[in-house]
Amino acid sequence: MSSAIHIKPFLRLSGLEPLVVRPETNFVNVGERTNVTGSKKFARLIRENKFEEALSVARQQVESGAQVLDVNMDDAMLEGVSAMTTFMNLIQSEPDIARIPIMIDSSKFEIIQAGLKCVQGRCIVNSISMKEGEEKFIEQAFICKAFGAAVIVMAFDEVGQADTKQRKVEICKRAYKILTEKVGFAPQDIIFDPNIFAIATGIEEHNNYAVDFIEATREIKQAMPLTKVSGGVSNVSFSFRGNDHVREAIHAVFLYHAIKAGMDMGIVNAGQLVVYDEIEPTLRQLCEDVILNHNNDNNEATEKLIIHAETVKAKGKVEVKDEAWRNDTVEKRLSHSLVNGITDYIEADTEEARLKYPTPLEVIEGPLMDGMGIVGDLFGAGKMFLPQVVKSARVMKKSVAVLTPYIEAEKEERKQAHLAAGTTNSEAAGAAKILLATVKGDVHDIGKNIVGVVLGCNGYDIIDMGVMVPADKILETAQREKVDIIGLSGLITPSLDEMVHIAKEMKRRGMSLPLMIGGATTSRIHTAVKIAPEYEEGVVHVLDASRSVTVAGSLLSKEQKPEFLNGIKEEYVTLKHGFDNKKSIKSYLSYAEALQNKVKINWSEHTAQTPTFTGTKVFNDFDLAELRPFIDWKPFFIAWEMHGNFPEILTDNVVGKEATKLYNDANALIDTIIKEKWLTAKGTIGFWEASSEDDTVEVRTEKEVFSLSFLRQQIKKAADQPNISLADFIAPKTSSKKDFIGAFAVTIDGIEKHIAAFEANHDDYNKIMLQALADRFAEAFAEALHLQTRKEFWGYDKDESLSNEALIKEQYTGIRPAPGYPACPDHTEKYKLFSLLNATETIGIELTESLAMYPASSVCGWYFSNPKSQYFGVGKIQRDQLEAYAKTKNMPIAEAERWLSPVLE
Amino acid sequence: MSIKKELEKRILVIDGAMGTMIQRHKLTEADYRGERFANWHSDVKGNNDLLCITQPEIIKGIHKLYLAAGADIIETNTFSSTVIAMADYDMQSLAYELNVAAAKCAKDAIKDFTAENPGTGPKFVAGAIGPLNKTLSLSPDVNNPGFRAVTFDEVVAAYYEQIKGLVDGGVDVLLIETIFDTLNAKGAIYAAKQYFRDQNKEELPIMISGTITDASGRTLSGQTLEAFYTSVMHANPLSVGLNCALGAAEMRSHIEELSSIASCFTSAYPNAGLPNAMGEYDEQPHETAHFIEEWAEQGFVNIVGGCCGTTPDHIKHIADNVRKIQPRPLPVLETELN
Repeated sequence: MSSAIHIKPFLRLSGLEPLVVRPETNFVNVGERTNVTGSKKFARLIRENKFEEALSVARQQVESGAQVLDVNMDDAMLEGVSAMTTFMNLIQSEPDIARIPIMIDSSKFEIIQAGLKCVQGRCIVNSISMKEGEEKFIEQAFICKAFGAAVIVMAFDEVGQADTKQRKVEICKRAYKILTEKVGFAPQDIIFDPNIFAIATGIEEHNNYAVDFIEATREIKQAMPLTKVSGGVSNVSFSFRGNDHVREAIHAVFLYHAIKAGMDMGIVNAGQLVVYDEIEPTLRQLCEDVILNHNNDNNEATEKLIIHAETVKAKGKVEVKDEAWRNDTVEKRLSHSLVNGITDYIEADTEEARLKYPTPLEVIEGPLMDGMGIVGDLFGAGKMFLPQVVKSARVMKKSVAVLTPYIEAEKEERKQAHLAAGTTNSEAAGAAKILLATVKGDVHDIGKNIVGVVLGCNGYDIIDMGVMVPADKILETAQREKVDIIGLSGLITPSLDEMVHIAKEMKRRGMSLPLMIGGATTSRIHTAVKIAPEYEEGVVHVLDASRSVTVAGSLLSKEQKPEFLNGIKEEYVTLKHGFDNKKSIKSYLSYAEALQNKVKINWSEHTAQTPTFTGTKVFNDFDLAELRPFIDWKPFFIAWEMHGNFPEILTDNVVGKEATKLYNDANALIDTIIKEKWLTAKGTIGFWEASSEDDTVEVRTEKEVFSLSFLRQQIKKAADQPNISLADFIAPKTSSKKDFIGAFAVTIDGIEKHIAAFEANHDDYNKIMLQALADRFAEAFAEALHLQTRKEFWGYDKDESLSNEALIKEQYTGIRPAPGYPACPDHTEKYKLFSLLNATETIGIELTESLAMYPASSVCGWYFSNPKSQYFGVGKIQRDQLEAYAKTKNMPIAEAERWLSPVLE
Repeated sequence: MSIKKELEKRILVIDGAMGTMIQRHKLTEADYRGERFANWHSDVKGNNDLLCITQPEIIKGIHKLYLAAGADIIETNTFSSTVIAMADYDMQSLAYELNVAAAKCAKDAIKDFTAENPGTGPKFVAGAIGPLNKTLSLSPDVNNPGFRAVTFDEVVAAYYEQIKGLVDGGVDVLLIETIFDTLNAKGAIYAAKQYFRDQNKEELPIMISGTITDASGRTLSGQTLEAFYTSVMHANPLSVGLNCALGAAEMRSHIEELSSIASCFTSAYPNAGLPNAMGEYDEQPHETAHFIEEWAEQGFVNIVGGCCGTTPDHIKHIADNVRKIQPRPLPVLETELN
């Protein structure tokens, strides 16, 4: 069945959630603002001990799309170890921050260790190096490895920090050899930082620094392809301090080239990345020249950029912004805002578009989706990074928010029109529900959000479960909310497997609603070959959001659905060449075989105890005080949603106080119940001669003969394990041995009057309390009668002496299984039990249509005395047993099917 | 015969619950104390680990029942044998001794069993390392989320001592189990690495078993299953798996996921279902075994067994049901990205 899985050597990190750096990850943003050396605000907050507030800086980085959080506490004014410890512990209690992996950043190794001691996830250490020699480097690497951290190795050795390409590569190769050979590091856990230095400083030797980094990166990745390259990006533009506009442009251009050369991650201000394609062309060209050191003899390019920067700077930040795009058409303006993540004008522009287009929906399907299409393309081409895409999504949401009220109004109008026209009441009953989710392991939801908006606009009720949603959660929600279609989305390759998994689970759960598949990595062929074969109720790949409307429409239309699905199925079957669907079948025995494998009891050596009487015995008013010690308190507390063992729960740290109070109140109420005789315990037991034949037990009373029908386990068991049926515990007819069966029914009567009184006083607490206690008394009564039965009435275990605890644990001999419970799951056998005992007439328990007992606080069951008898579950049975069973009971198959549905496959 | 070699050939069975079996003996305070602690200044009833010293024959007897049921790996009775957990009974100073004694109980049981049943194949002792009663990732004080009841260094020191006792007692493998808080487990891993480096000994294989506490599919400390695995894979474990908190039915999707990402062997030893309305585990041996058999058939597992509520009967059913099924093959570790 199983062949070995293949595991790729990816860098794997984790916070509360995993981060796997795959080739298609493109670029990992490391949030830089939680760094006291880089952020004045953060440094001030830490210095002033405002740690809680400092957390908001971390949160802002995560929200802006940081995938890893860099934390640095290297400040002369700070006690670094304790600051790191405090901040890390606080981060761990913020799930929205702790979600992502941490990069522990310090030049002091003791601070790094302090950080590592607080974080459960897999961290990155930033950094270690050979600047103090090999020995220290190895020691520190060992410690990082024992903590399970990946390491950033700075290109720094005994001589100093590497500045040329050749030195950078040389040092990295040397460190690689030591780490992999002497410390046992996996190559993918090594991240090199080949030093990003400032360019355009005016010093000619600095002009090639960016090129040195980029070319060193290229060579490092070629020589050691599993390793990663990272760097502190803002260093490169250090000479343009104070001119963020130019600095951001330099960063964007630098990253564009460095990423192409193989740079995997960088420490950046996650909220402030501009898009390469959107940089004003003159500025972009100047940045290109300076970074790539082109046309830069005698600092020519540098001078040009400095001059340009001065003009930009002189104009001031507001004017720096090129507002020319504001003169374009509304479509272009919307697109510009989306691509650049600008929210300033989005509301006005959206309103303008709404007035221009016939319906608000067309604004979404037109210009907004065109804009998001560009975002998708740029992201795919590596020209946009995740934080920017997140910003775009925010702009999109804002715009949609403007349109939503109009769409809602329109929807309502349509509905009213339908109603007025008297067309179909299916719409009146509520719109079709579509559940959307980005599957587990995937955080991309832009496409899914668009689909949600588009479908919502078309009048469907959308349940959007968000991102990273586990299969169980999706399917449970789908079943609970009775949705009509499930739509799954995903952007990364592992999401494909997760979708296959979900399809399998839908089948396993016997679901019947159709499944729509969408998202960037999904495809028609993958859907046809891998997903569709796992689920027969309809799997459809949807190419894009606009197509989702027609697909959903076809799936929800009774007339179109069969034809549509058949068409899709045929199409997919043609696509799926020779895919062999191997299925393993759970193994069951045939009913005949199961009967052959009954519980083996040597009847010739066993003589059943004869009960002290046959027929029935009625207890009209059993003393409640006598029942009190038999009360099992654990279920009482569970009824109050307090879970734990009794009596330990009374002293529990968390709920102990409440539990004790509840227990005291309950006992006070019991005192009253007993003293004032609020309730009456009524019960009846009976014993009769019985013999078995296969799964039927024949019970003989003085007047008539009853045939009890039992069910037998059919699942294939281990070699010497029987397929049990309760009938096995009664001597077979063929043995000619005398045997007996017993039965009991008990009830607690008289609760209604007191419930009504509590209700009249709006006293829910005592009402629930009384109900819970009545249930406990009924169970206690059953326990007490069973004990007396064993010791006295039937007398097969006269010497039994078990504690109440042991009774609760069912350590006694013999059993008292109840019809409708696992050993005899057929509720309809209660009719016979009640007839045998005459329970309705003698003690007043009624059976409802669904065979529940009234009063509710009632218990009934069979008594078996054989020492081999045990509690068990019948489990699932097969068709052959169902048919035989219906035949013996003289019950139509359909009816038997209905009563036995819980044990049918 | 090394456990790794054995795991390549077949599915190994680990034993079931110790506590459930101890309960059957209905031991009194005096039984727990034995002669040596007759005058101990606090109650010790419930200190199950102490029985390795005061009632070694009972513990050995339970081990033997599991061996007879078909367990290939038995766990030492050391879930709480650390200086931190023993503080509950003021028995911190016994931590090392408890581990040595527990390892001896398990080894003696195997010795007896093998003598009585020659040719039953190799049996292994796993030194059980529990989660501690204090956690490193969670604050016990809701008003002070940055507070911790214990430090990483204290946790490492406690586990270091436990590991030393288990290794000196002669266990074959270390089992860090029932992990609620991954950082505690990282402390245990750190201690193990440090111990073997200090002793300049070859490392014993480490088995790791986490606990998914509820339907959210996360650990108590909030990690997803994949994040959990990622956080402990530096142990270079023999196996990674799940135990406790869930019954087999609820554990299925998680063990399926784990088997698709773990580069080592996988293990699973669920509880005997979820507790019923009475708070008892009532899943029948054949039911548990049937679930686990299906996992084995699907190729999800290499080591199977039971946790809370399971008995030798459960283990026997499980062992019988998986005996003929091929184990999950070790994943192929690729060396190229594409």
